[in-house]
Amino acid sequence: MRIELTVNGTRREADDVWEGESLLYALRERLGLPGSKNACEQGECGSCTVYLDGTPVCSCLVAAGQAQGREVTTVEGLRDGDDLDPVQQAFVEKGAVQCGFCTPGFLMSTKDLLDRNPTPSDPEIREALAGNLCRCTGYEKILDAVRAAAAERAR
Amino acid sequence: MDFLAPTSWAEALETKAAHPDALPVAGGTDVMVELNFDHRRPAALLDLNRVPDLQEWSRTDDGRIRLGAGVTYSRVIAELGGTLPGLAMAARTVGSPQIRNRGTVGGNLGAASPAGDSHPALLAAFAEVEIASLRGTRVVPVAEFFTGVKRSVLEPDELIAAVRTTPPAGPQQFCKIGTRNAMVIAVSAFGFALHPDRREVGTGIGSAAPTPRPAPAAAAFLAGELEAAGLWESRGPLPENLATDFGRRVRDAAAPIDDVRGSAAYRLHALSVMARRAATWAWDSYRDENRSAA
Repeated sequence: MRIELTVNGTRREADDVWEGESLLYALRERLGLPGSKNACEQGECGSCTVYLDGTPVCSCLVAAGQAQGREVTTVEGLRDGDDLDPVQQAFVEKGAVQCGFCTPGFLMSTKDLLDRNPTPSDPEIREALAGNLCRCTGYEKILDAVRAAAAERAR
Repeated sequence: MDFLAPTSWAEALETKAAHPDALPVAGGTDVMVELNFDHRRPAALLDLNRVPDLQEWSRTDDGRIRLGAGVTYSRVIAELGGTLPGLAMAARTVGSPQIRNRGTVGGNLGAASPAGDSHPALLAAFAEVEIASLRGTRVVPVAEFFTGVKRSVLEPDELIAAVRTTPPAGPQQFCKIGTRNAMVIAVSAFGFALHPDRREVGTGIGSAAPTPRPAPAAAAFLAGELEAAGLWESRGPLPENLATDFGRRVRDAAAPIDDVRGSAAYRLHALSVMARRAATWAWDSYRDENRSAA
């Protein structure tokens, strides 16, 4: 089937989409957007997190057809021209990226948190990132980055 | 495979009648896992995201809440946290923010997993499932909805329209045991509700039997003891041995198995502890209500 949707502000369409296919597969394999990562395929790791009509979801658990006519934002849509989003910049500066596989999902969850709650407490950060797994960092550098991004956005 | 995407409730029922083998999908948090892992190849997916009626909840004329099957856990927490506290407590334990943004109470019921997080809370609240097809609408108590592991009374042409429940007259509690706080399928779970208006106790056991189930004998025992001791009126403290005895009787209502998440023996022990604690916490809240009202 064909699907039409808006991805990162641009109208896109994909053909030959299999009816049982995930939005994640369509983004990566049909629309050339490999930023969202495919790891667990069961909603546990959060590395495929995108915004569907502004709400963070695991794109591996959204059927591609369910995104028909909707707005999707992926990690590729975070930067503003050549400038990284403050969340991305903070992850770079604080060493919150090691292998990098989980990073796109963490960036999406962090930006959503700070959009809703500009000054989160540590427990609020942990709760907001509970659906994203990182096997490298031990999370401390990620927490540092979230605090730094919050501070930078408040400047 | 077909992808069917009705845009109204009437069209959804017509579509289900015409395609009884279509698998309904709402948030996708169960269905898409089965598709991604090749565990299931339905003839068609029936997407319910575009049916506006399902995304709404309302207060009916008789003061009850009608929760559309497509309302997400995130919205239950944000919009109904004070009105349906037991269900909201259960909703907060579901998966992660991403999962709660998509998963729905109707989907949880449709999947009919013995480990569904919302089920113990719905059982304890004496909630009902509104089921519809072109043939008409019927209302089934949640306690009679589940018929086996991942099986329910739903006929092939039927869809879940809503959950109907009464805002509680007394405190509610929900307990869930897992290996960590987030992203966990319950090892076992327990829902509890005090119904002081009808002098009854509501219970719901999760992940410790082939289906979610109430513990009616334990509930009747506790309600009877509270009545006999005049505690509903006096709001005196809940005797410790009564709470413990209640916990044991809840445990006796379960029929768990050993599996990867835990042993049957652990589940039974956990249930007796959760039931004792839930009853004690809820009773303490009931006593506090009286103090703050006085």
